[in-house]
Amino acid sequence: VAVTAKLSPPALFLKTVIARAYPRVVAQHRRQRSWLLFEVILPMLAVSAYVFIYRAIGAPEEYIGFVVMGGAMTAFWMNVLWGMSSQFFWEKETGNLALYTIAPTSMMAILLGMALGGMTATLLRALAIILLGILIFQVHFAVSSFVLLFLTFSLTMVALYGMGMMTASLFLLLNREAWHLSNLAQEPVYLLSGFYFPLRSFNFWVALGASIIPMSLGLDAMRQLVFPVGASLGFLSVPLELAGLAGLSAAFLLSAHYLLSYLERVAIREGRLTDRTR
Amino acid sequence: MATQTATVGTRRTGLSGAFDALRSFRMAAWLGWQIESNWTDPFLFAVYSVIKPVAGAAILVVMYAVITRGDFSSPVFSYILLGNAFYIYVGQIMSGISWSVIEDREHYRTLKYLYIAPIRIPFYLIGRGASRFLTGSVSVAITLLAGILFLHLRLVPGVIDWPLFVVSWLLGVVMLAMLGLLLAGVTMITADNVYVIGETVAGALYLFSGAIFPLEVLPSWLRPVGFAMPLSYWLELIRRALLGPVAEGFPTFARFSDGQLLGILAGLTLLFGVISVLALRRCDYLARERGMIDRISNW
Repeated sequence: VAVTAKLSPPALFLKTVIARAYPRVVAQHRRQRSWLLFEVILPMLAVSAYVFIYRAIGAPEEYIGFVVMGGAMTAFWMNVLWGMSSQFFWEKETGNLALYTIAPTSMMAILLGMALGGMTATLLRALAIILLGILIFQVHFAVSSFVLLFLTFSLTMVALYGMGMMTASLFLLLNREAWHLSNLAQEPVYLLSGFYFPLRSFNFWVALGASIIPMSLGLDAMRQLVFPVGASLGFLSVPLELAGLAGLSAAFLLSAHYLLSYLERVAIREGRLTDRTR
Repeated sequence: MATQTATVGTRRTGLSGAFDALRSFRMAAWLGWQIESNWTDPFLFAVYSVIKPVAGAAILVVMYAVITRGDFSSPVFSYILLGNAFYIYVGQIMSGISWSVIEDREHYRTLKYLYIAPIRIPFYLIGRGASRFLTGSVSVAITLLAGILFLHLRLVPGVIDWPLFVVSWLLGVVMLAMLGLLLAGVTMITADNVYVIGETVAGALYLFSGAIFPLEVLPSWLRPVGFAMPLSYWLELIRRALLGPVAEGFPTFARFSDGQLLGILAGLTLLFGVISVLALRRCDYLARERGMIDRISNW
């Protein structure tokens, strides 16, 4: 009571966000240097495999850039999947979830802290992969508008992490199946979001359906903005994709807010916050 | 009491030792299967088993189709699809064995109990990999079936060299289990990033093994890595056995006969087997010494 009395609700919210983001940035990068090997160099080798397959079948060079960019963005999807969606499952396993719930702060702030911390840490990894792509594969970027690129990236991140926050609340109720469901969402999303090929390769309706995943529209728009041929291989125009991302951002964040408060009540009522049936 | 301690602490040898090893393997395989499959109902498990491998293969199919305008009758496509399908075993067996260390130590927190149980840890780990081998086999079969039904993959039973296929397939499974033990040892003594070791190593080997493109595509200075990998020879043998003369047309291993490739694979499997057993012993010793058998990172 004494602690909450000293802080106004916005200040407490902000403090929670910073507190939860801190270990994601500091612990993962300052304390664990091995991230460079496991999260940049080895994934880069996997991305390289897709580059070489394009070379083996004689693809135009711009596809190499598409792969490098897609490979960099996979880091964000992995972070959302394992560091956001299924995070509450791990927190439950380690006993932190109950502590979060009884803490005199907002669960949304905790989720937001997780998102911002994860986003910052992952941005570093994604940039490292792009840098390696430029150095190793001589990928040429020709940004047509930095403002639009920044806006697209920001909206993609808001929508993507909003989606992560929404699914995290669903995972409040899950046990062992959480791991498998996250695992299931890897390859199908790599496929539907066009991580390694233009989204336009699908027919219009499949691509439109895949656009529910923010990465699909975000990646497509960013490719249009950074590669000279990007626009000719784009799914929709950049402004339309930006509008779609803005809509997804609002929908996911609102859903996250409502689902979190509803499912938290359900989880408390059914005793699932400390349920570790494994 | 002293007699009892001596009995417990002594590892049985000979036929009894083989029985202990077999029992460790069998129980671990059963346990692994339960862990893999009983988290949901059979229908969802079936859906899960189908979607993941099909989506993985579909990424390559779309990439290939975009560039070649859907020329699925080309032998290059069969090369890619078969390599990708059988590479599923790498993720399942090799990474699966190392993942079981993480699961037992960090998630279920039972590794310390396994260490004091009368079982053989290497055989236990291989047993855990065996359950992954089963689920992996289903995924491989589904990927091949999808290739045959929808993508003109030509697997003609009369053309398939069945003895070569069975021998190379089994040798490859043993080789992957050995690599899995090596990775499990590393996982035991690795403090950070244990959760991504298996997946990232499998992802990295994807590049060097010629799973989805001939090794000639790699820069010349990287090719020796591919030639040193038993995986490269295994995948080539599988392709030759299943596709017949078409696969032999690819330049990478064209100068080698089937027998030579089999010999190289057997030799490398033996070599990696010895290295893996020695590495696992060393890592096991270090893990005990450093108190890492029951370490929980709470990552």
